Amino acid sequence: MLEIKNLRVAINGKEILKGINLKVNKGEVHAIMGPNGSGKSTLAQVLAGREEYEILEGEILFEGKNLIEMAPEDRAREGVFLAFQYPIEIPGVSNTNLLKNALNEIRKYRGQEPLDAMEFLTLVKKKMPIVEMRQELLSRSVNEAFSGGEKKKNEIFQMAVLEPKLGILDETDSGLDIDALRIVANGVNQIKNENNAFVVVTHYQRLLNYIVPDFVHVLQNGKIIKSGNKELALELEEKGYDWLKEHEAEFVAAK
Amino acid sequence: MSTEVNEIEELANREYKYGFVTEVETESAPKGLNEDIIRLISQKKEEPEWMLEWRLKAFNHWKKMTEPNWQNVNFPPIDYQDIVYYSAPKKKKALNSLDEVDPEILKTFEKLGIPLEEQKILSGVAVDAVFDSVSVATTFKEKLAEEGVIFCSMSDALKEHPELVKQYIGSVVPYTDNYFAALNSAVFTDGSFVFIPKGVRCPMELSTYFRINAANTGQFERTLIVAEEGSYVSYLEGCTAPQRDENQLHAAVVELISLDNAEIKYSTIQNWYAGDKDGIGGIYNFVTKRGLCKGINSKISWTQVETGSSITWKYPSCVLQGENSIGEFYSVAVTNNMQQADTGTKMIHLGKNTRSTIVSKGISAGRSNNSYRGLVKVNKKASGARNFSQCDSLLIGDQCGAHTFPYLEVNNPSAIVEHEATTSKIGADQIFYLNQRGLSTEDAVNMIVNGYCKEVFNVLPMEFAVEAQKLLSVSLEGSVG
Ligand SMILES: Nc1ncnc2c1ncn2[C@@H]1O[C@H](COP(=O)(O)OP(=O)(O)OP(=O)(O)O)[C@@H](O)[C@H]1O
Ligand SMILES: [Mg+2]
Repeated sequence: MLEIKNLRVAINGKEILKGINLKVNKGEVHAIMGPNGSGKSTLAQVLAGREEYEILEGEILFEGKNLIEMAPEDRAREGVFLAFQYPIEIPGVSNTNLLKNALNEIRKYRGQEPLDAMEFLTLVKKKMPIVEMRQELLSRSVNEAFSGGEKKKNEIFQMAVLEPKLGILDETDSGLDIDALRIVANGVNQIKNENNAFVVVTHYQRLLNYIVPDFVHVLQNGKIIKSGNKELALELEEKGYDWLKEHEAEFVAAK
Repeated sequence: MSTEVNEIEELANREYKYGFVTEVETESAPKGLNEDIIRLISQKKEEPEWMLEWRLKAFNHWKKMTEPNWQNVNFPPIDYQDIVYYSAPKKKKALNSLDEVDPEILKTFEKLGIPLEEQKILSGVAVDAVFDSVSVATTFKEKLAEEGVIFCSMSDALKEHPELVKQYIGSVVPYTDNYFAALNSAVFTDGSFVFIPKGVRCPMELSTYFRINAANTGQFERTLIVAEEGSYVSYLEGCTAPQRDENQLHAAVVELISLDNAEIKYSTIQNWYAGDKDGIGGIYNFVTKRGLCKGINSKISWTQVETGSSITWKYPSCVLQGENSIGEFYSVAVTNNMQQADTGTKMIHLGKNTRSTIVSKGISAGRSNNSYRGLVKVNKKASGARNFSQCDSLLIGDQCGAHTFPYLEVNNPSAIVEHEATTSKIGADQIFYLNQRGLSTEDAVNMIVNGYCKEVFNVLPMEFAVEAQKLLSVSLEGSVG
């Protein structure tokens, strides 16, 4: 589904991603962990098409298509969804209004008829229980005066409605209380199926107890310095990132 | 960041879709302004003698005045002798029904989406259309007459209800008021007249469309709305003009009078030609609009969506004379490219317990300049007066300007006046967020801007709110890429 080859990315002349390789097949969950500032959000934003970043080298293929050439809205319409680390507020625009427009744009791109107001509402009603979304949040302005946790929940709710092929979750768990974490993780598990895939950026192994990853990658200083299965997350939790430093040279050499 | 700015530049350039010229035979006065021209206008319109005298007094007063220059806009000096003050579609005889209107004019109004034809009349909006200087059709006259509502052109009003016009014209905006009001009083050619008798709730929205067509022509219309005790009316005006290289002057006067327990809701969608992206051409929109809440519990509400004109300079105001009277001003003013707007309101609290609300939303894009200027004045006797003002500015790109000039004069200690102001920018973050949900940048900007204007759109009549939204997206098209 997604293939990243030797991706090097800079912002303001500073190289942030220094040669990322990653392959995600449908049906898989990949967790990306790594210290603050290592480039996790950068990777997520570059996948979604943020234009401030300069692609120095490399390729991103999504279902065989070259993502780098594609406008951010087309990537979204192709099925790439980013749950933002810091969801943006849009005053005066209701959540439902945004979602309806977004969904119909995506449908149009795929040659499907737009949903009318009734059909859309029916769909929304069906999706609300996935993350125990409150009706009241739907009619409010997008993320405006939402609590930190509500914002994160809202991201996953949007994902539930838009049904992307690839969901990129950038620290969706941070800021969630214990119950909300469980609800949101459960939501992701309900959305997950054999045809979609997820890249989950997190600092905490706890999320991965709920959303069980097939692979865990450690991103440090712009490079994936170690990949493994879910045990790797446990090990990291125990030993911290420093433990990996000594392995880095070895790991890179082995590749 | 610079990519964002470039995109913003690019999005700023959609053609003005109302910029066509209609080929009709017109009858025009020669250029220039003097007593003879004023006499000619008055005579053409078969006005009563007092009207001509009033015009001449206004003209003599105007000659002694100087053009004001305190506003935050720039334009080369206007040559008042280089303007045609009277231009009318040539007609063979008096018009009795729509069928007699020049089909070219009807086509124009059709292009503008004005519901003049019978089928559209069913949609329930009564329309008066002013083409260049003359009112060409007023629909629904009879139905309104049943309720005693008078809705006609100012010319007809002067013929059919001269006593009413005489009683109220100039009573809110005297010809001495300001330079452009004096000019208008001398040379106004048409406009709308509305009279809602005691206790009548006007059964439909009343609407006037103004169109400047002929070249070198000024449009000076005069609108007068009187709502008698306990009556209600909602009135909407729309304005468009062809695309021309030279600037054209529009200096209108609107007077509203609301008696005891009466309410007037006046909505404007102003979309005069704004000039091209380098600022060539476009309408100078210098308008005096004022409402007098004369009676107790009376209410006047101004709602305006200003997207057009090369220069907009207007302050729809309320004089709150009656006790407990209410004044409201809701405004969206958009400037793009080289447009300039200096607009706002004045709320003059004279009576006890008078209340006013001001919600102003300025949007600047391109290299435009957008100023809010507002005065809240509470007189000594206006105990218990309250005002709430909210002035927001939204910037698109970084070459435009937004300014706020709030003036406050409070002379009664019991008055409560609140003012809030914000300035924000459409952020690359917001656009990217919406892009990421599948919306194009253009749709994203529209969505953000519409959200920003929501409080104002919410008070527009339904069908006009939709029109306003569309207009906004057209005006901003090209402001972001
Ligand atoms: N616009 C920018 N200008 C300069 N440096 C930037 C810019 N954006 C990001 N960076 C830098 O890029 C590096 C990677 O940032 P990124 O947000 O991808 O980290 P992260 O791994 O997501 O960290 P966290 O765990 O704290 O969320 C950081 O050092 C950050 O300061
Ligand atoms: Mg991050």
